[in-house]
Amino acid sequence: MRRLMALIRKETLQILRDPSTFLIAFLQPLILLFIFGYGVNLDSNRIRIGLVVEDSTPDTASLARAFTNSRFLEVRLGQDRREFEHDLVIGHIRGIVVVPQDFSIDMALKTGAVNLQVIADGAEPNIASFVQNYTFGVVQVWLQHEAEDRGQSAAALPIRVLPRFWYNAELKSRNFLVPGSIAIIMTLIGTMLTALVISREWERGTMESMMATPVTITQILLGKLIPYFIMGIGSMSLCTLVCTLVYDVPFRGTYPALLAATSVFLLAALGQGLLISSVAKDQFVASQIALMAAFLPALMLSGFIFEIHSMPRPIQLLTHIFAVRYFVTSLQTLFLTGNVWPLLINCMAAMLVISVVFFALTALKTKKRLDA
Amino acid sequence: MRTFTGRIAALIVKELLTMFRDPKGRVILIVPPIMQMVVFAFAATLEVKNIGVVIYNQDSGSHGAEIVHRLAGSPAFTEIAFMDRNEAIRPAIDQQKAIAAISIPQDFSRDIEAGRAAVLQVILDGRRSNAAQIVNGYITTIITAYGNEIEAVRGTTQPSIRIDGRNWFNENLLYRWFTLPSLVGILAMMIALVVTSLSVARERELGTFDQLLVSPLMPLEILVGKTVPAVIVGIAEGLLIWTVAITVFGIPFKGSFLLLLFALFIFIMATVGTGLFISSISKTQQQAVLGTFIFMVPAVTLSGYTAPIENMPLWLQKVTYLNPLKYFLITLKGLFLKDMSFHDVWTNTWPLLIIGGLTMFLAGWFFTKRLE
Repeated sequence: MRRLMALIRKETLQILRDPSTFLIAFLQPLILLFIFGYGVNLDSNRIRIGLVVEDSTPDTASLARAFTNSRFLEVRLGQDRREFEHDLVIGHIRGIVVVPQDFSIDMALKTGAVNLQVIADGAEPNIASFVQNYTFGVVQVWLQHEAEDRGQSAAALPIRVLPRFWYNAELKSRNFLVPGSIAIIMTLIGTMLTALVISREWERGTMESMMATPVTITQILLGKLIPYFIMGIGSMSLCTLVCTLVYDVPFRGTYPALLAATSVFLLAALGQGLLISSVAKDQFVASQIALMAAFLPALMLSGFIFEIHSMPRPIQLLTHIFAVRYFVTSLQTLFLTGNVWPLLINCMAAMLVISVVFFALTALKTKKRLDA
Repeated sequence: MRTFTGRIAALIVKELLTMFRDPKGRVILIVPPIMQMVVFAFAATLEVKNIGVVIYNQDSGSHGAEIVHRLAGSPAFTEIAFMDRNEAIRPAIDQQKAIAAISIPQDFSRDIEAGRAAVLQVILDGRRSNAAQIVNGYITTIITAYGNEIEAVRGTTQPSIRIDGRNWFNENLLYRWFTLPSLVGILAMMIALVVTSLSVARERELGTFDQLLVSPLMPLEILVGKTVPAVIVGIAEGLLIWTVAITVFGIPFKGSFLLLLFALFIFIMATVGTGLFISSISKTQQQAVLGTFIFMVPAVTLSGYTAPIENMPLWLQKVTYLNPLKYFLITLKGLFLKDMSFHDVWTNTWPLLIIGGLTMFLAGWFFTKRLE
């Protein structure tokens, strides 16, 4: 025990004296939270479109006004569709709405339907579907107003859908992206940093010096993990503060639950870092493996941005081996919903299993031997 | 004495040999990009599929049953569960068993028959607000279509506007057509960056960089010798992914291959310049890895790949002008899907020349400064 304490002291001193470790633990989370908080926003609020009105009549003018008044669209007016085609190619606008020459309400009344053409930039699929949805919305609302103006009953729609978005009524994507991005930051600290630090010891031969001392390999590894674990909790607290104070993300769970989920995740992340370093023993290779097996899955396969349910079956199954997937769910739930114990316990159990596997593999791989 | 070109050629051969001699290094240059491409091509999607919903139908009439029938028949909703009490909705949403809950009230059919507006309540999981909005769109479309049928039967047709929605460049809004062209740039950038920044840092840490500096090579020659192999690897990587995107994934490539090659070359030069700059200011590999990261994460996040640039706050949109990847992604999507002209490609390529020139200059300056 005394040996372990001495090792922890040594590692802590090493962290405190090496400014770069400190940068990863505290400055980098801030930078990343900043970038994710402001840079990743899926709410297309002001989509630029071109509106082509081929014929100027009171009806088309009123419809054009409905478009320009929409708070979701930023409309540029034109007379010919060709004016906008090049803008669509270079991405200055994301859609063209064409109000054709024979467009009028009376036409609509007589024949039952008139056409309106919407051309969206399919090279940006997510924005394109928003262009289509918003246009549909603007036209429906405009039609209803027109009907009211003509004295027809507004409640003509036989069925009204009343959507309610629980836990995020304002539909801010930031509210779920920022908690998710904490999981990515913790992955960087847990896995990337541990993998680098320990593989550096192997590369420089200082691991061999440690082995020559009476401490056991378990003590060496614990001595490394405990300070990084504490650092991880510290930077988690920092992230939580920034998240709630700067980005106004609600926190509806409890702190003990957050601490529990974070601890279990850190175990898995540190275990992964440990395993990577004991396989690689070389900083270049370790950083590459950490990038590929920890950082990129955290970004792509965790459900942080991309819906896991929408992925093909084999990839959905693959996501289960990454602890970060469960951590993203836990964080989104703790921040936005509250302590949903059945879900949280499932997630924590899965993360615990993953960390046990990592530690077992590391134990198999790392023996106190120098010939390996 | 060997000529200038002879010396550089020798250095380039040496660099390429170092890269490919080490079996671990070789694996890292080839396997990860291919794996990443395959996983990300399938995983990175903002489409919403395989949706789970729960339905609480209190209505005993035929309209409620018809709505249930239509929802169940939609291919988008693959998991439908039925609830028999209102209290069961909350746990289903909270535990993410369903993203939406549809509640059909008791007098739903009676209201429709009586000509009153019937209300259908939909509760959505705001923790995943982007997906929830899209699901809400699906549900509304199904319900509205049914509502229109009821009206048609009653013979009270409203004036309606038929929206002819088209998506240019990607008619079916396949997310993969967006992901894979972007991956050509992202993965080529990652590999070129890692190769350059780590090769110098590793030599420096091992002390072999000092040997290079005392050799007859001029600092400029060392710079060129480090640049050319990384450029070769980066371009090869980009072309490999381009080939797989077209042949395996069937992404159309409408533009000119020569233009692609031209833009890719300049983009990789800018990336390598950045990598050299990072390695010129870092003393250890760990710092180089960190520096690469601090550049790479914002570069990918603020490139328009994870989220559209137009959704960012205005000041952050200005910051993206410094991001080489942003320009190249516009070119890539333009060349793949939109048959972009030379003029438009050039608009998005000359900034890369400036970025490349500036970073190379700074890197050279830092190297020579160290020498003196």
